[in-house]
Amino acid sequence: MKNILEVKNLSMSYNTIDGEVEAVKDVSFAVQEGESFGIVGESGCGKTSVAMSLLQLQADNGKITNGQILFDGKNIVQLNESELRSIRWSGISMVFQGAMNSWNPVVKIGEQIREAIREHYPDKSKDENTKKILELFNIVGLDSSVIDRYPHELSGGMKQRAVIALALSCDPKLIIADEPTTALDVVIQDQILNEIRKVQEVLGLSLIYISHDIAVIAEMTDNMAVMYAGRIVERGPTKEIFSNPRHSYTKSLLASTPSVVGDKVKLKSLDGEPPSLINKEPGCSFAPRCPYKEESCNPLREMELIEINTEHYVDACNAGNL
Amino acid sequence: MKNNLLEVRNLEKYFEVSSGIFSRNKSIVKAVDGISFDIPFGSSLGLVGQSGCGKTTTARALSLLDPKTSGTVNFYNEETSSMQSIDELEDDELKKFRRNIQMIFQDPYESLNPRWNIKDIILEPLNIHNIGNLKDREEAVYEILKTVGLTPPENYMPRYPHELSGGQRQRVSIARTLIMKPKFVVCDEPTSMLDVSIRISIMDLMLNLAKELEVSYLYITHDLAVARYMCDRIAVMFNGKIVELAETEELLNNPIHPYTKRLISSIPIPDPSYKRERYELDFSELNNIIASNSNESPMAEVKSGHFVATHDVKGLL
Repeated sequence: MKNILEVKNLSMSYNTIDGEVEAVKDVSFAVQEGESFGIVGESGCGKTSVAMSLLQLQADNGKITNGQILFDGKNIVQLNESELRSIRWSGISMVFQGAMNSWNPVVKIGEQIREAIREHYPDKSKDENTKKILELFNIVGLDSSVIDRYPHELSGGMKQRAVIALALSCDPKLIIADEPTTALDVVIQDQILNEIRKVQEVLGLSLIYISHDIAVIAEMTDNMAVMYAGRIVERGPTKEIFSNPRHSYTKSLLASTPSVVGDKVKLKSLDGEPPSLINKEPGCSFAPRCPYKEESCNPLREMELIEINTEHYVDACNAGNL
Repeated sequence: MKNNLLEVRNLEKYFEVSSGIFSRNKSIVKAVDGISFDIPFGSSLGLVGQSGCGKTTTARALSLLDPKTSGTVNFYNEETSSMQSIDELEDDELKKFRRNIQMIFQDPYESLNPRWNIKDIILEPLNIHNIGNLKDREEAVYEILKTVGLTPPENYMPRYPHELSGGQRQRVSIARTLIMKPKFVVCDEPTSMLDVSIRISIMDLMLNLAKELEVSYLYITHDLAVARYMCDRIAVMFNGKIVELAETEELLNNPIHPYTKRLISSIPIPDPSYKRERYELDFSELNNIIASNSNESPMAEVKSGHFVATHDVKGLL
């Protein structure tokens, strides 16, 4: 299988009043054609920064300090604005966090999707575009009447389905879904997850799914990465990470997630809070919370991924006999 | 069987909505439509359901934040050792009752006054109810901060909410609630805004405090996995009605109502090799059945402690 996206040693920082924030540090991963890749982590761990950098949509004060993002073999980081415009939406598209609230309230849903298609395919007629939109509505389970409705006439779940249709409107090869179900309740979340899975299968797309909910990642992805404080601490096939987690942070995440099946188990909390990334101290950023910390630990050691099993990478510190 | 702390019978809360600014036509939204349940001493009842099903309206009506439309709410009166309807309470008694019933809100970023420091925030209920002198009150704040794990307390007392993380703020909310030594706390999704690793520590804190201080909870959430961890019993709500109520494990293992089945089958399982089967359900159909149902006794006990709505759902099964 060919890699559609390769991220190599990506580092990114934001300039703020309080100092330099190293939001993403030395992140590497690859997404194959048709694969679904998950990124899981707590708020502020850098998930969304990674997603934004893939489209080069990071905030003005954010800059990529190191690394490459190869999409279809092209390094996105070096592209200029007009080259980027040709990749955005027709190459990589994104379902943003809270995107259902980003519809323009005074423009009909259909017109807003047409606008995106017109930008990329100016030669297509309005009828062709309408046909395309109706096809997409069919895929995401929306009634054709939605095309002439205003956003306030739709429920949260319907708006989110329309956002997915919008993301698909220019036939992208890769979709990034950044917490697409966070504001929705469980039943609607379940329906949207099902739509995303269906879309991915029917159209053979690659998917990057970003979430704080490890249960959703378990269901949605083939491979996954666990992020903490701007770094990937563990990466590999989803099944293997769940059955054989090696990093102590991954273990803590799994031990703190309640489930409705199986025996009721005592959940374990993780003491402390994620570190501030402003003017970060050198060394292992998980050490202050690590339940397996030993006196022999070297707190100044930088995190470094090593391969411990086929395609299963983990921070070297935790690769041992934990 | 323990004594009941709270008994709710046919609680209703209706809202009048007008269809436009100039319209005289008023329609009625039955946000909570005749629900009944008991909460025994020291136990916790989970109230689960989708957004808009009336969970929060129930909570607000029970905490007397909004007046109920009809129905009775009986609360255990310690002085007379008997159940007393809250409608009969006079001014002083009502104030006393309010001490016993407290609420923790969903959003710790919006439910704390940003211009007050932590000490003043926690002190406020003591001032309002005029409990002890200033020295007693400050000692109480100090103790309660220790209880909720914000130690050393003297470091936290002068700080402001924006200086604290989400988890710490929710601990402050819990401290403010518990300083009144309530018997009953209504929790409205207290952990849904928190990160996973922090969520469990708040849930564990609440479970421990329930045991130590003999507090009963009404725990509102849309996440059954959280409810399973927190609650002895779970009530499932749909469109203002309770459709099923049972002990937690019984409800999860032997759900009877189609809506309960749908809800349980919607929860993602943190195990990639588990194949979850979705239980399909036509919501508009269920809505019609519930709306057209005018049964005298809305719930039937199918097994000891397991109640299911009696409306006819056979067509949906």
